[in-house]
Amino acid sequence: MHAKQKPLVVVENLVKHFPVKLGAFGNQSAVVHAIDGVSFEIYQGETLGLVGESGCGKSTTGFALLQLHKATSGSVKFDGVDLARLPANELRAMRKRVQIVFQDPYSTLNPRMTIGEALAEPMRVHKTCPEKDIQHRVAQLIRDVGLNPNVANRYPHEFSGGQRQRICIARALASNPEFIVCDEPISALDVSIQAQIINLLMDIQEKYNLTYLFIAHDLAVVRHISDRVAVMYLGKIMEIASKDDLFGRPMHPYTKALLSAVPEADPDLERTRKRIILQGDVSNAIDPPAGCRFHPRCAYAADICTQSIPELHDQGEGHRVACLRLAEIEKETA
Amino acid sequence: MTKLLEVNNLHTRFKVRNGYLHAVNGVSFSLDKGEMLGVVGESGCGKSVSMMSLIRLLPPAAQITEGEVLLDGEDITHASVSRVNSIRGSKVGMIFQDPMTSLNPFMKIGDQLVEGIVYHRKIAKAEALKQAARYLKMVGISNAEHRLNEYPHQLSGGMRQRVMIAMALLNEPSLVIADEPTTALDVTIQAQIVELVKGLREKLNMSIIWITHDLSLLAGMVDRIMVMYGGYVVEEAVLDDIYKAPLHPYTIGLLKSIPSLKTEAGSRLPSIPGAPPNLFSPPTGCPFAPRCAYKIGRCQDEVPMLAAVSGAGGERPHRVACWVDVRERGVEQ
Repeated sequence: MHAKQKPLVVVENLVKHFPVKLGAFGNQSAVVHAIDGVSFEIYQGETLGLVGESGCGKSTTGFALLQLHKATSGSVKFDGVDLARLPANELRAMRKRVQIVFQDPYSTLNPRMTIGEALAEPMRVHKTCPEKDIQHRVAQLIRDVGLNPNVANRYPHEFSGGQRQRICIARALASNPEFIVCDEPISALDVSIQAQIINLLMDIQEKYNLTYLFIAHDLAVVRHISDRVAVMYLGKIMEIASKDDLFGRPMHPYTKALLSAVPEADPDLERTRKRIILQGDVSNAIDPPAGCRFHPRCAYAADICTQSIPELHDQGEGHRVACLRLAEIEKETA
Repeated sequence: MTKLLEVNNLHTRFKVRNGYLHAVNGVSFSLDKGEMLGVVGESGCGKSVSMMSLIRLLPPAAQITEGEVLLDGEDITHASVSRVNSIRGSKVGMIFQDPMTSLNPFMKIGDQLVEGIVYHRKIAKAEALKQAARYLKMVGISNAEHRLNEYPHQLSGGMRQRVMIAMALLNEPSLVIADEPTTALDVTIQAQIVELVKGLREKLNMSIIWITHDLSLLAGMVDRIMVMYGGYVVEEAVLDDIYKAPLHPYTIGLLKSIPSLKTEAGSRLPSIPGAPPNLFSPPTGCPFAPRCAYKIGRCQDEVPMLAAVSGAGGERPHRVACWVDVRERGVEQ
């Protein structure tokens, strides 16, 4: 399906390690392996969902992609340009094309700036709009996100969480970006507000032909909004596929367990459902397990899984899975 | 079934700088022995405050102004502080949302558990430690004797929540109140905890009140569900009725707006417009009226009472607080 389309973002072998100090006096050095060799591409106009549990490196990936974290190694090509190697002034010029919506709309708006000022700022910084048109453009942005333009003179504290997230989305749109990283944009919102924001993100994607990296831990939400989905575990991508393949025919044991853990609002289904309950917790990213990162919790783990690191292999139609025993598992569970 | 808990017309409010915040406005329900009730609602809907009001576990600014809570026939609302203290942690166990802030970081796991046992029972410390280890095993913590000597920071989030559950069970409570116990956990750990609680409930035959904002989570777990909004109970019914025949517009809207792994992806989700009410200046009528698609004139002036729906009989009628019978109006978006 993407054969003709060109990738807008190509991430290759991205690694991000954080050096940390441990012990009561910070006298032990250690390294958190937040992302360890992640590669994927995002096509023009699509939404790539990135899911995983807390600490799996999904937000770090989004941040490293935008150069908010300097990657330890690897490359992030946006429209053919490697962002990791751009000098600061050229990177700044690039920033108007790549934007982000953060999780918490309470801490991402400056409390001392009116909504109008907050929305005008990116236009002035990036000179994307002549000064005389700014008021008009601000009003248009506010309308785009479903608010009344007269809110431009008000301050963030006057708004509810859902309205603030709308304003954050408007601010991300202000510099006319092509690509937006949505980092858990609905997790901090009330259940009845989440659907509003999901719909809004889909509406503006259509209107402005945007490309999204949608980071979330809620699988049902990711399925709803994404075209393709990547599943991360402890700094590695375990499986990446089109939405229908990933949810309809999950292959990696971790993806299967993750999907089976999602509760469904259907009592009949829940009564008959057979859950795969994973044992134990996610391993420590400071001392990740050798071989496959998932093997300590995997029901199918064999000796080989403790020794070699699985690579992503294409199982057809871009459905890529990183599992050493995939063929055997497919046979066993068939 | 024998009744364990009966709550009648409970009102709780908070004193704030210029007036009162009405968090709970007349909550009534009952709970049978061994029954599991889900309480669902958004942040600020009064679900936690109303359930913590049952055992008067409230901040100083809060006051219960009206109503009564009967546990096994005993009125807790008007009982002495020492009596309530002896009920908390023995007859009623609690599990809180965030296990990191609910465990004392300076105390070993074993000492924290023992504290809960010896407060309520005259028992030697060595014997209490043995019991603590037994409960840790029961909640699926391996190497329990060793864990007794560890501090909370040495355990993972899921493990800490298991310790919290063990702590709630120590004195074999007849009622456990679980306040969003899996909200801070990852989905695979949440599945572990849910399986654990379901197993323990069968084994120990206790009643459980499970507070959550996640309607999907309750579908595989509870017997009955109570939906709260703006400090009111707006709907209450047995599990299947809530999902298959919801009667309150808020419940209907909420169920429709949750994306599931089965719904048609890529389309727009039916969403509820507007935002939850501000409890400093609540709407005069039905709290949901400003967002409601079924609204009629009366809704803005009069608060609907929670009433059994005509036709649904039995001991556990489907109750709903709405001036409109949505069944007559058909499905509206």
